[in-house]
Amino acid sequence: MNEIAEHQDGGHAARSTYWLVALILAIITLLEVAVFYVPFVRSAIAPILLVLSATKFALVAMFFMHLRYDRPILTAILSTGLVVAAAIIVALMLLFGALRLMAPA
Amino acid sequence: MSAAPAGTMHHESIYSGGIASWLTTVDHKRIGVMYGVTALLYFIVGGVEALIIRLQLATPEGTVVGAEVYNQMFTMHGTTMVFLVLMPLAAAMFNFLIPLMVGARDVAFPRLNAFSFWTWFFGAILLNLAFFVNQVPDAGWFGYANLTSKQYNPGLGIDFWVLSLQIMGIASIASGINFTVTTLNMRAPGMSLMRMPLFVWMALIVQILMLLAFPVITVGLVFLLFDRFFDTNFYVAAAGGTPVLWQHLFWIFGHPEVYILILPSFGVVSEILPTFSRKPLFGAPFVIFSGILIGFLGFGVWSHHMFTTGLGPIADTAFSLGTMLIAIPTGVKIFNWIGTLWGGTIVMRTPLYFAVGMIALFIVGGLSGIMHASTPIDLQQHDSYFVVAHLHYVFFGGTVFGLFAGVYYWWPKVTGRMLGEGLGKLNFWVMFLGMNLTFFPMHFLGLDGMARRIYTYPAGVGWEQWNIVATIGAFVLSIGVLLFYINVVRSLRSGEPAAADPWDAATLEWSMSSPPPEYNFAVIPTVNSARPLWLHKYGPTRDISKHTKEDGTPPQPDHPVERVELPSPSHWPLIAAAGLTLAGGGTMIGLLPVLIGAAVLVVAVYRWAFQPLERPGNPVFGPGGGSG
Amino acid sequence: MSAHATTFAVPHRKMAMWVFIGSECMFFGSLIATYLSYKGKSVAGPTPAEILNIPLTSVSTFVLLMSSLAMVLALDAVQRDHTDQAKLWLGGVIVLGGLFLAGQVYEFSHFYHEGLTLQQNLFGSTFFVLTGFHGAHVTVGVIWMATLLFMAFRGKLGPEQSLDVEVAGLYWHFVDVVWIVIFTVVYLIQ
Repeated sequence: MNEIAEHQDGGHAARSTYWLVALILAIITLLEVAVFYVPFVRSAIAPILLVLSATKFALVAMFFMHLRYDRPILTAILSTGLVVAAAIIVALMLLFGALRLMAPA
Repeated sequence: MSAAPAGTMHHESIYSGGIASWLTTVDHKRIGVMYGVTALLYFIVGGVEALIIRLQLATPEGTVVGAEVYNQMFTMHGTTMVFLVLMPLAAAMFNFLIPLMVGARDVAFPRLNAFSFWTWFFGAILLNLAFFVNQVPDAGWFGYANLTSKQYNPGLGIDFWVLSLQIMGIASIASGINFTVTTLNMRAPGMSLMRMPLFVWMALIVQILMLLAFPVITVGLVFLLFDRFFDTNFYVAAAGGTPVLWQHLFWIFGHPEVYILILPSFGVVSEILPTFSRKPLFGAPFVIFSGILIGFLGFGVWSHHMFTTGLGPIADTAFSLGTMLIAIPTGVKIFNWIGTLWGGTIVMRTPLYFAVGMIALFIVGGLSGIMHASTPIDLQQHDSYFVVAHLHYVFFGGTVFGLFAGVYYWWPKVTGRMLGEGLGKLNFWVMFLGMNLTFFPMHFLGLDGMARRIYTYPAGVGWEQWNIVATIGAFVLSIGVLLFYINVVRSLRSGEPAAADPWDAATLEWSMSSPPPEYNFAVIPTVNSARPLWLHKYGPTRDISKHTKEDGTPPQPDHPVERVELPSPSHWPLIAAAGLTLAGGGTMIGLLPVLIGAAVLVVAVYRWAFQPLERPGNPVFGPGGGSG
Repeated sequence: MSAHATTFAVPHRKMAMWVFIGSECMFFGSLIATYLSYKGKSVAGPTPAEILNIPLTSVSTFVLLMSSLAMVLALDAVQRDHTDQAKLWLGGVIVLGGLFLAGQVYEFSHFYHEGLTLQQNLFGSTFFVLTGFHGAHVTVGVIWMATLLFMAFRGKLGPEQSLDVEVAGLYWHFVDVVWIVIFTVVYLIQ
């Protein structure tokens, strides 16, 4: 309890952490653009980009939005929305044939 | 409104004050009353629309109304009942009861609460304005794409429908946020989630469903608006799009919406059965987790409304199985309700009549629901009167009976007067008879091949007798509902005054006077049980039935012992809601009303944001307060 | 209302913003789902590969990411009662957000001249509505930040108001992460 209360009052990460996170975000963005331009195995591009994008998402949510230091209920609230939204996106893509679970023969 | 001086009776005053006090109120109890009154008025409108439908279908080749008006009637009947009656009636109960049940003095955002009400109120008016310009929506409450396109549906009818749903959706999301935060974050000390009343639990699940489902219909409606106003291609097959996209978006919203409509009723029944069986809810944690499971599974079954669109065997199978799975948590709940009654000391009062009626009728609707979870059976039943029978057993048998049970149960708390018991039981039996007479024959009509939404049918196909039975039933049902309104009026005029705790119930809302004082709780209670009042009255015994009530006085003292400040009334939520509605509805007229509405909205939001919640002159109670 | 009076020790407004964000996930989720489901189904050009400008969008993505940094530093400054720094960083958020919007205006008008309109094909309809709604969110955010900056200049943005800034910041960061997703699924994965 005390630990959490401390985070509550003391606020958040150090400023240097914010700069570091921003630097990592910039580097990942560069990587993403690189993946786009550098010829790769075609089927690997989308998964790599999705992982990079999810990493950026998580970094912003954890550090800039302070979820890492805040009460778990807030993470639970965001996760509820994210999980249902992701499920709906995948389900609709499958229904519209825009995504196949198995590679086309 | 000024508060009564300390030391005098205060509770007569919470509804006093002129019209201005209602327009600017931020008290969750008054807002709840406004939702309830408005919803019960629209119940008459939706009911009259239903009677017109039934009159038209009473005989073959009916000529009461033409095809055009018939389409308008079933569209407005469905839209009205879902968005203007059942949801706001549940919202009335959420508003009035959630703060009282969790031990709070108001909701988390009192002005946002007022904004939600007024936005819904104006949205509902906008929808019904369609009648006054004779451009009435006629594409069904589901508004399937193509029927709603500019090409096939010129005129303003669909625009009224889209814009008012969009505006009422904003109200739903705003109140979803408000009540989620209120429930999670404003519980009295000691009220853990597992000690929360079942009604509040079901209400919380409803809020989460609204928050997740309404954005999807919002997007679907945005696409429709763009297709109609800007010639985009979202639902246009010629451009490569498909009208089926609308069906997906609509039902991703629409199926959770079904649970948004039924779960409040589950919550009501879960409160009433223990009170009138004199024992705790059987397996309460199972009822809670079943509710959560129903809510989540509700997002995975939407395509069972769409089997006939040809989704393919894999999707059909997945959605079929998901739908059948929902029968499990639903069955668990029914089992627990029956388990609560089993061996109880049953007190036969009107709320229990409606609650038990709800269980019986909902089982019928649930069983026919499992039938068309199966794709091959659904292909036979789709768009037939069998489905009309099913959905009315769920919405009328389940939701209306459940909410009526709640109205009978909490009416004394809201008004300080009892509803007539004899008239209440008569009300129940006539409604029960009328409901079954109206909707049970529709099963046969559907299996006999009568399609829904047809405005007439030829003689000699064997549908006459069941149709006339259904129409007679509809009028019996109307008489039943009329008895309810008579009971309401009689109670308000000369009803027996209600005690603080007339049913000897277990939850916190019965711990203060009826109606509650403005500040709800003179002292915020500390909760040590899921049934705090029974614990207080009977001690930690499990056997409530064997004890006579030792102490009739509520545990709440007459006056706050500490200073209690309540938020000041504000007119900005009302003005913001009016601006929003003008900006939205104005799109049918031209740029000027849109700009005026938007300007009003912006000004109101800024004034609201910079206006302190509690200002000099706000209601103050307890030591140092008194005259407010 | 102070944090310690609430059940979860989270201020109501902060929790409300998170609940709103959870709901917004479904709003943008539906828009993205539609974009992806309709991808490649247009019966007329131009296609995404023909028209999307990756270098320009990479820059504006970077701009929006940096605006999030400015936002979090603004909050930090307000919490430490360094009003001058807060003004600077809030101003930074507004300028960067404005730059992002300018980029979007340029992109939209460029596409329009290239023949991609709202009505041209499914790609146009889904693309403009998805990114347009995101742009509208950025616009609301910029106005919100401008209001906070105005409060700061009026001397009314001290540590007592840090919750105001934090809640606005949550909104801003969320708009940023939505763009992170859009940049990947619309622009990069073609």
